[in-house]
Amino acid sequence: MTPNPYIFIVIFVGVALVFPLIPLAMAWLWRRVFQPPKPGAQKNAIYECGVESIGEAQIQFRSQYYLYAIIFLIFDVEAIFLVPFAVAFTGLPVGAFVAILVFLLLLIEGLVWAWGKGCLNWAR
Amino acid sequence: MSDIDEGLRKELQRQGVWVTSMQELYNWGRKNSIWPLQFGLACCAIEMIATAASRYDIARFGGEVFRPSPRQADLMIVAGTVTKKMAPQIVRLYNQMPDPKYVISMGACAISGGPFKQGYNVLKGIDRYIPVDVYIPGCPPRPEALLHAFMELQRKIDSQRLTGANKAEHLDPAEPSEFPVPSFGEHDLEPPANREVFQPPKIERS
Repeated sequence: MTPNPYIFIVIFVGVALVFPLIPLAMAWLWRRVFQPPKPGAQKNAIYECGVESIGEAQIQFRSQYYLYAIIFLIFDVEAIFLVPFAVAFTGLPVGAFVAILVFLLLLIEGLVWAWGKGCLNWAR
Repeated sequence: MSDIDEGLRKELQRQGVWVTSMQELYNWGRKNSIWPLQFGLACCAIEMIATAASRYDIARFGGEVFRPSPRQADLMIVAGTVTKKMAPQIVRLYNQMPDPKYVISMGACAISGGPFKQGYNVLKGIDRYIPVDVYIPGCPPRPEALLHAFMELQRKIDSQRLTGANKAEHLDPAEPSEFPVPSFGEHDLEPPANREVFQPPKIERS
């Protein structure tokens, strides 16, 4: 007689249940018989590298910062363009200089526009 | 350490029977899986890092992994000068460690303030606030010294008793698991020492 092919899955599930339950039961028994639990205000407190935690963890961040982030990103990309230009500066023709100047002026104009719009003011 | 008669145990081992006690098994497991708390304060921490790295390798002795959270640590190695600014944080970290917990006071500074003892801002020994199990002298102690302290601690863990009147502290419900954190006073930490922990021997002067 061949055993039911699913019997191995039943055995497997049984072992999978018992295997983690044994150490858990042993830990529970150990606590009951030998080691008394010693909770405390500081032991249960939030771990902040030893510093007392201040305020709540569920705080909200203001969304006004995204404008700064976008403007920063634009000028960050600008720096990437400027570095190879500066490295090859002495070997470049006048046209390249004018082109990068136009590029810079476009971005500066954008910054002036954002400034005029009041994007750099911290709105609450 | 066990209460089993050594002769009887040897005799049984010759017959292929290995006997142990719950206390022995428990202590054997504990002493070979001590996880130190990962924090360094000053130059001693460099020696501690060397002890943990491959050349000295504290894991061979059961020191295993340094844990960056006190929740998973068994051993606090106070490695370096404890400034008064840092002392409350160290006591708080000690309090946040689960029992059983042990402390190694590494180097002259952690023992007594060391060369900075006369300084206004240095704590004159971490044992003023938390109970220390092993002290290692040195400025800084070599990794071998830390390993020696570690083995001393293992010896201490091995000799701790599971039951009876003088059982281990963490098994005694009356023994505290947390110690008061000092606060910043006008000139010094308040209180300057926890008198329940810090009982230096009286010097007899004739």
